[in-house]
Order: sequence, then C-alpha cells, then structure tokens
Amino acid sequence: MSVSVNIEEVSKSFGEVVALNTITLRISPGELFGFIGPDGSGKTTLFRILTSLLLPDSGRATVDGLDVVKDYKKIRRMTGYMPGRFSLYGDLSVEENMEFYASIFHTSLKENYDLVKDIYSHIEPFKKRKASALSGGMKQKLALSCALIHKPKILLLDEPTTGVDAVSRKEFWELLKKMQQNGITILVSTPYMDEASLCDRVALMQNGNLLATNKPEQLISEYKGRLYEVQTNKMNQLVDDLWKMKTAEMIFRFGEFVHVTDVAGSGNFENNLEEFLINAGHNNIVIRAARPVIEDSFLALMDKEQNR
Amino acid sequence: MSDSNHIIIVKDLVKKFGRFTANDRLNFTVEKGEIFGFLGANGAGKTTALKILSGLSKPTAGKAIVAGFDVARYPNRVKKNIGYMSQRFSMYDDMTVKENFRFYGGIYGLSRKEIKDKTRYYLEKLNMQEFEQMLVRQIPLGWKQKLAFSVANMHNPGVVFLDEPTGGVDPITRRQFWELIYDSTAGGTTVFVTTHYMDEAEYCERVAIMSEGKIEAIGSPEELKKKYGAPSMNEVFIKIAR
Repeated sequence: MSVSVNIEEVSKSFGEVVALNTITLRISPGELFGFIGPDGSGKTTLFRILTSLLLPDSGRATVDGLDVVKDYKKIRRMTGYMPGRFSLYGDLSVEENMEFYASIFHTSLKENYDLVKDIYSHIEPFKKRKASALSGGMKQKLALSCALIHKPKILLLDEPTTGVDAVSRKEFWELLKKMQQNGITILVSTPYMDEASLCDRVALMQNGNLLATNKPEQLISEYKGRLYEVQTNKMNQLVDDLWKMKTAEMIFRFGEFVHVTDVAGSGNFENNLEEFLINAGHNNIVIRAARPVIEDSFLALMDKEQNR
Repeated sequence: MSDSNHIIIVKDLVKKFGRFTANDRLNFTVEKGEIFGFLGANGAGKTTALKILSGLSKPTAGKAIVAGFDVARYPNRVKKNIGYMSQRFSMYDDMTVKENFRFYGGIYGLSRKEIKDKTRYYLEKLNMQEFEQMLVRQIPLGWKQKLAFSVANMHNPGVVFLDEPTGGVDPITRRQFWELIYDSTAGGTTVFVTTHYMDEAEYCERVAIMSEGKIEAIGSPEELKKKYGAPSMNEVFIKIAR
C-alpha cells in the first residue's frame, strides 16, 4: 500500500498538557480521512505538525514521502491548509485574496481556475466584496479556494464546518467528495460526529489519544452489545430512571430518543426494560432495536477510556 | 401587551441595516419556564434577533418585551434581568473561578453575602469545589462551560440566552450540559438557546426556525416533524433552510 501520510509515534506537549500522545497512523493517497473529536483532542496540533508549522517533541511524520521537519520547504509547496480560524485578509476583496495566495505560490487565478472552479464559482458573483463582509459559508468557500489554488497533493482542513449550519455543512461535504475524485488526498477534522460517515476512514480522538481508527461502517459493526432506542411520555426523567436498571448501560439522550445498550446480551432485555419502565410510571413506551451511529461508538470508547 | 405568562413577546419586529432587512417582521412569544430553541442557517438573522432581545441593539420597527421591559425603551433594565452565555463562554481566563463569580455578581449588583452564597451553591451543585481557587484557563472546557452557565444564572434572571453553548465539546459533556439546562428550567428559569446540533433541537419544548430574516416555522419538534413530513429535526431544518 502506498502511503500519503505516515505518522509514527508522534508526541507533543505544551507544558504539562499532552496534546498528542504517541500517535501512529497511515493515510493512503486519495483517501478522504476524518479526524473526529471535541476541542482539545489534539486535531489542530496534529495538523500543524503535518504542515510543518509545529515541531513534534518525538516521533516522525512524512507527507508524500517528505519529512515534516527536514523537508519543510517542499511540504509547504505541496500541501493546502485551511486553518480552523478564518485567516484570510478581511480588508482585501475576494478576488484580491485569491490573487494574493496564488502569487505566493507563483501561479495565478487564471492559470489554475479549473482547480477551484467548482467552489469559486459560488463566490465569484461577490468577487469585489471585502472578505470581512462575507457570510460564514462564503468565507469558508473562499478559504477553501485559496487552499486549493496551488494544486496541492494533500489538503488539510481544520474544522471547516464548525459553527456552520446543517445546510451549508451538507453542501461543503458534497464539494469535498467532488474534489476527492480529482485524486487529491484530504484530511479533515470535525467535532460533528455525524460527518464521520462521509469519510473513507476516520480516527476518533480524545485528549491527545487515538481512540480508534477505522472505516465508519466497521466502527459501527464493532459496537459491543445491542442498542435500543427508547421513548416514553416522560423523557425528562427517562435517563435518570434507566440508570436504576442494572442491566442497562451506555444511557444517553439522542434527539427524541434515549439510547440504551444491553451489553451483557441478557436475552430478555426488551421485555425486562418495558416492565421496568411501566413500574417506574412511564406511559406510551416505545422500545426499538436500533443501529448504532458513530456518536454511539465514540461514547462507548470514551466510556472505556475513562473506566480504564 | 403585559402578559404574565410570557417572558418574551415579539411583535412585528424589524431590523434593517441600510437596505438589507436582517429581521423581517418577527412574531413570537416564549413562555415562562420554557426551553425555546432558535435555529437558522448562518446569516438567517439569529444573531441580530438575539442582540435585540438582549438589549444590545435597537429594533428598526416593531416591539419586543423581554422580562417585562421594552427592549427599545429600557435596554439596561432588560440587560439586568436576563442572563447571557456566549459561544466562547466569556469567562475571564486569568481570574480564578471564585473571582469570576465575584466579578459577575458585582456587575449584577448582588451583595457580598449573596455572591458568597451563590458561589458556594453552584460549586457544590456541580461538584466543583476543588476548582474554586484555580484560574479559569486551567480548567477543562466542559467544566468551564458549566461554570459559564452558572455565572449567567447567578442573579436569577427571568430568561437566560445561550448562544451555541455546546459548540466543540465532547458528546458526554454536551449531554451533561443539557441535563443542567433541564435542571434549571425545573426550577423555573426560561432558556432561549441557539444551536447547530439538530439532535439538540429535539430537546427543546418549542423551536423557531429562521430563514432569510423571517421565522419560517415555529412549534414543538413533534409538530414540525409532522407538518413537514420529516423523520427528524435535521430534515425539517434542511427542508426549511434550503
């Protein structure tokens, strides 16, 4: 298997805070790879190391065969990086930002227009507008266009959808899928668990550790125990009540349902659960076996980590 | 328009910036003790409305009464009677937990004794006594968030505004935070919350969805799902906002 990004036992601390704890990971060319985890899980630190903006304390990493420490100049030429914080020039227009970024890489918008066309065409009608006056979704498209203008082999997008509404997020992922078809390797981080299913593979991160790395469907099939979604007329006390049932584990609110897992596989779980809820004074009880989602997997892995 | 059951009354509210209409005749009410979700795409006008309701911005036309006061005429009284928690929690990183309580308590005109009692009450309730003397910057994000919520509540406001309170926190902390919201509404607080997590829309008693400056839909999650023939709030949202 050829490797696009190779991370070997990379660690990084800031004072007493361990941002990355011996991370080892390989990403193949052309993969759309997701780093899923909350703030402070180490996603940004890892991206900054891979783009040569930060030195690892130990371990080594290569991007397309280039060492992130020794070959930093070459790495900067072939990676496109979209940082988490909007970092374009607010007092330059859309078009000026594009030209500026293109000129840094000795190219021009005209020369590489085809590369960015799909995305840039969305904001082109506003090309005279100052970047600071764009809406959140448009800023994002501009930042992505700027990250793409020099034809990078690898694109690193740090939380491109944070704080972006559900509709714009969906659109953004459609764009990523399209870009992937042009053979570009994409690393993307996100705190939204539901976006994991849109990646080829994901790494689930928490407190500088990799909880798991796998295909999303594989992670879901590895979920331990049988998951049920439960709904009653007293949703506000359902979680508290379920904690009192001894065989029920992994009790979490999930939108209009509460998810609960029969980890032991006690056979009669569904009936026992219903009886328990009736005795606890619940009505209109709905209990259904359900397929876990990535957030269930993440919660289970967090739980395991905390009880270790 | 005095109405004892409603903590927020919005009538034909309009806000224009030049020729751009950010809020286009909004009409809604929020009941006392309710958890009210305020959703919408980026740029739909949520922040503009939130700023008006919290007394930071004047409406161009129409009326909004919050906690009994007209936001245009008595913005300072509105500010005194609401709590506000922003995305970035607005706690002072270089002050201790205790100092933050003292600072915000002071701003809201609480007495020394009240501040002391409230500080003790919240730290005990959240099981955070060990953090009392720590700088806010040193405590984990999830705790910081719970703290920010408590600080926003310490003067017993009629309504507390939460602007994307759960952005970026882990899924366990996110759920614990909602337990905290339920806890406080059980005690009579009204919660007005914006979020991009659509599962959280399901946790609200009623939600309003904004699109292009207008309120396109309002009702309980159940009603909206039925009305739009959608299995989840996520799909309701996509149908309305797209």
